[in-house]
Amino acid sequence: MASFETLLYKELLRFWRVGVQTVGAPVLTALLYLLVFSHALEARVTVYEGVAYSAFLAPGLVMMSVLQNSFANSASSLIQSKVTGNLVFVLLAPITYVQFFLAYVLASMVRGLVVGLGVLLTCFVFVELRLEAPLWAFAFALLGSAILGALGLVAGILAEKFDQIAAFQNFIILPLTFLSGVFYSIHSLPGVWQTLSRANPFFYMIDGFRYGFFGVSDVHPAVSLAAVGLSFLVLSAATLLLLRSGHKLRG
Amino acid sequence: MKPAIEIRDLEKRYGELRALAGVSLAIGEGEFFGLLGPNGAGKTTLISIVAGLARASAGTVAVMGADVITEYARARRMLGVVPQELVFDPFFTVRETLRFQSGYYGIRGNDAWIDEVMHHLDLTAKADANMRALSGGMKRRVLVAQALVHKPPVIVLDEPTAGVDVELRQGLWQFVRRLNRDGHTVVLTTHYLEEAEALCARIAMLKAGRIVALDSTRNLLESFSGLLLRLGLESGELPEALAGRVLEREGARVTLRLDNHAELEGVLAGLRQAGVVINEFDLQPPALEEVFLRLMERP
Repeated sequence: MASFETLLYKELLRFWRVGVQTVGAPVLTALLYLLVFSHALEARVTVYEGVAYSAFLAPGLVMMSVLQNSFANSASSLIQSKVTGNLVFVLLAPITYVQFFLAYVLASMVRGLVVGLGVLLTCFVFVELRLEAPLWAFAFALLGSAILGALGLVAGILAEKFDQIAAFQNFIILPLTFLSGVFYSIHSLPGVWQTLSRANPFFYMIDGFRYGFFGVSDVHPAVSLAAVGLSFLVLSAATLLLLRSGHKLRG
Repeated sequence: MKPAIEIRDLEKRYGELRALAGVSLAIGEGEFFGLLGPNGAGKTTLISIVAGLARASAGTVAVMGADVITEYARARRMLGVVPQELVFDPFFTVRETLRFQSGYYGIRGNDAWIDEVMHHLDLTAKADANMRALSGGMKRRVLVAQALVHKPPVIVLDEPTAGVDVELRQGLWQFVRRLNRDGHTVVLTTHYLEEAEALCARIAMLKAGRIVALDSTRNLLESFSGLLLRLGLESGELPEALAGRVLEREGARVTLRLDNHAELEGVLAGLRQAGVVINEFDLQPPALEEVFLRLMERP
């Protein structure tokens, strides 16, 4: 058990040591989004009755930050260790692939949730927000960060260099987050895009998370929770299989 | 002799390339064993499979009786590996690095041993320095310390002295010799043949994924290598009969190869008869390098 705890602690310390970059910077980015978008759209867009656009936007930004940073943590940690070669210290040790998975995913969840909390607290300063069902919000934040942590692990396993991680981030993670309803409700989209959005697991994470704030959502939160939970299980199983095979980690 | 490492019919293929083409080898407990071979011979591949960093295409490896696949946790606890590349985690200090490494092996509160290892490797003064701030030689010492945090009975050093200054090399060997005296099995790969000759009691030579020689260092030296006779010629010409023995000629200096000491008398007699006057004479004992080169030159 000590092996797992050590690896988890090491992963946590790794991002905490460069907290300005790993926590401070994403909070600032989210704040900029909030200020710019709410200033531009506040008067023009109403998504839910009685909810200001900035208030609608805030949970989306919080969740987006959670997701992006959870992904970034495991992906960049793993690719860095692979490129510099220090992953060998973990691979030489009697650490099981399940312990490896749990340590990287949990550390990613912590980073995502810490950043998310930072963004949330910042939002409270600028926007009037209420939390109708905080447990729902928390459940989605947990699952969402776990999914992206695992996805980051997959990207880190498959990639051989930093630009491949960047490509994964720019061509998969970013579009899926932006097209998930962070900035809008999918009900405002034309029919075909609405249907497509429902195939995007990120949509359920954001929609369910937002339900925790307003008690209103595009889809029933239980449906979203099931979709997100199922995504997590499938992805975890795939990641564990990949780790067990030693693919691209043990030649 | 109970094997510390037992390798059976090991093969490793990378597509068409056969990095290891059927290697069988048993390294006894307490041995100081050398693994030699040119670049690409399969040394690092072999070590990677022993360490669980790579998977064999066929064959088995056991460390202290534990199979590296089916009983990998036990096998890895028995093994300390100093990797060839100078790798480190730039986020942490020397002490943190060693604490983490202990933790990975499930050991808590290992500071007393960590301090001792750091002391022996002359790292104490750098304990709280960030890994990034260390010189190459110091980073190499940390790698050695990392391989020892869990007190493994078997230690593998993959080219540990590549690019390391003489002082550190001496210190490192002193330390590794001590570990060997204390009962640790030591396996070493190196390019410095004189190093292997001085340290290893037994040697395997690898070539293109196969073992081409496996014997005690002494036997290898006696069976394969001759003597080198270096002469300075004051006057006279080397007789025709000795031409076949010439390895090198530089002006009046010539190096001849003898198969053994018994041939010396005949060579000297030949020189005398030809009226050659010698002003320099140096007879060198067999060197592992000779053995190595001869084995590697064979088709």
